[in-house]
Amino acid sequence: MSGSLATATDAAIGPAVKVADVSAGYDHRPALENVSLEIPRGALVAIFGPNGGGKSTLLKLIAHALEPWRGTIEVLGAPAGEQARRIAYVTQAELVDWSFPVSVWDVAMMGRYPALGLLRRPGARDREAVESALEQVGMTDHRHTQIGALSGGQRRRAFLARAIAADPELYLLDEPVTGVDVATQEDLMELLRLETQRGRTVISTTHDLAAAAEHFTTVVALNRRVIAVGRSDLVLDPDVLSRTYGGHLLVLGSHAVVMDDAHHHDAPMGGEQHYHEEREHR
Amino acid sequence: MLAPILDPLGYDFFLRALVASAMVGLVCAVVGTYMVLRGYAFMGDALSHAAFPGVVVAYLLKGPFYIGAAVASVATALAIGWVTRHGRLRGDTVIGVLFAGMFALGVFLFSLIPNYVGDLFGFLFGEVLGIGIGDLVALVILATAVLAVIALFWNELLYSSFDPLGAAASGLPVARLDYLFLALIAVTIVVSLQAVGIILVVAMLVTPAATAQLLARSFGRLLLIAALIGVAAPVAGLYLSFWANSASGATIVLVETGLFIIALIAGPQGALRSRASATSQGA
Repeated sequence: MSGSLATATDAAIGPAVKVADVSAGYDHRPALENVSLEIPRGALVAIFGPNGGGKSTLLKLIAHALEPWRGTIEVLGAPAGEQARRIAYVTQAELVDWSFPVSVWDVAMMGRYPALGLLRRPGARDREAVESALEQVGMTDHRHTQIGALSGGQRRRAFLARAIAADPELYLLDEPVTGVDVATQEDLMELLRLETQRGRTVISTTHDLAAAAEHFTTVVALNRRVIAVGRSDLVLDPDVLSRTYGGHLLVLGSHAVVMDDAHHHDAPMGGEQHYHEEREHR
Repeated sequence: MLAPILDPLGYDFFLRALVASAMVGLVCAVVGTYMVLRGYAFMGDALSHAAFPGVVVAYLLKGPFYIGAAVASVATALAIGWVTRHGRLRGDTVIGVLFAGMFALGVFLFSLIPNYVGDLFGFLFGEVLGIGIGDLVALVILATAVLAVIALFWNELLYSSFDPLGAAASGLPVARLDYLFLALIAVTIVVSLQAVGIILVVAMLVTPAATAQLLARSFGRLLLIAALIGVAAPVAGLYLSFWANSASGATIVLVETGLFIIALIAGPQGALRSRASATSQGA
């Protein structure tokens, strides 16, 4: 009796994500080697590191969009993929076809689709959830706008609205602040911080060191392997940074400057399309 | 005055052709809308050509052509999906290889038939005026089934077409939806073979949606315009071919192509409009 109670409690407070000795990659090129990581519930985590360091790969593994070569991944107390409906994924802007004929409202409503069954049309509860999500990200006035007509910051707000509308336990965000104006960065991070206060977990990749240090409570330094994990103010020291970025880091006095190329994603998966012409530099 | 419109309706073969080509136009336009959004135009061309060896084998075995076409086309669709997912080649490379290979197999088998076979030319270029009542019933049932499956998976197909990664992460079975969609394209092509033939069916799939893309910004309107063109163009094309005594399939496709060119020139982003706005800005 007490044993089963303890199990139930463990499940409730167990880690949001537990990655154990995972190796993964594309074709036969490894992107991650022997990665182990535990992310507690309610954490606001940034995964940072150089291009090709495996940030997006790790996120896709947690999202079960990619199978690991070796090792196990548990998400929300179950093997990756089994709790997918409690996960919301904010896709990297570069992987989205912005000419697709959908409005901000349509995109936010997609957050509700996985929970809808076949043939079911969205109901009043779904519309309320979308309404509320659009309000939280400040996109209510743009609800009828086709997504291609939005600025980079507005596009990111629309995708965050989709995530919020899904009411997930776990947010996975791929480069959410890349190429986005400062006001949007602040708004999005404040929303995510509030979500973690409600016990939701947020895991985000970023190649923006300043954003990782400023906005996230926990950081994971990743370059094929986990270099360091911990509170952002403790982990982001010159030693960790130089081991994470290798030769791409310049240390000028107390300031670290990351020398990284502009094309910041991992090797694409088979069939993945990139939309570079639509990239915004704001 | 109405005689040119009403007279052809007195012929049963014309009525059957009208129903068949309008139904084909509708189902092609709906499936084609998703194809255009996913960048699958080339895939449509490949799957229709891949049906050819199936048609020839069915002819040689004296079986129903649509079984042969369906087997060859669906098998090629699934093979393309599997090789793209598991191989190291780009999707368009795999499509190019299998497309040409399957069509060559069809031509090879065709060349082994000793005598001239008119029926097979019908499958290459369409022969909707010759459709029998049995084939028409089969066509309507299959087309309705394709539309019903799309209605059933409406939300899932839209989400997984737009953002496969986000959809998969949130629990939609994106891989299975991809295979389902490929199978739907293959069945649609089989349904369309008698109306427009292997060579021209890709136009029925892609052109209405491409035209609608020039005119619409929302998904609902895109689908509506494509469906309207899909139904109206075959009706207009069939009348034109009746009056001009021209090949029906080619005439239908030419009507759709004509509408596309008009939308390209006179549509919201067309050459006429942009020149007009450039002039007004200059003034």
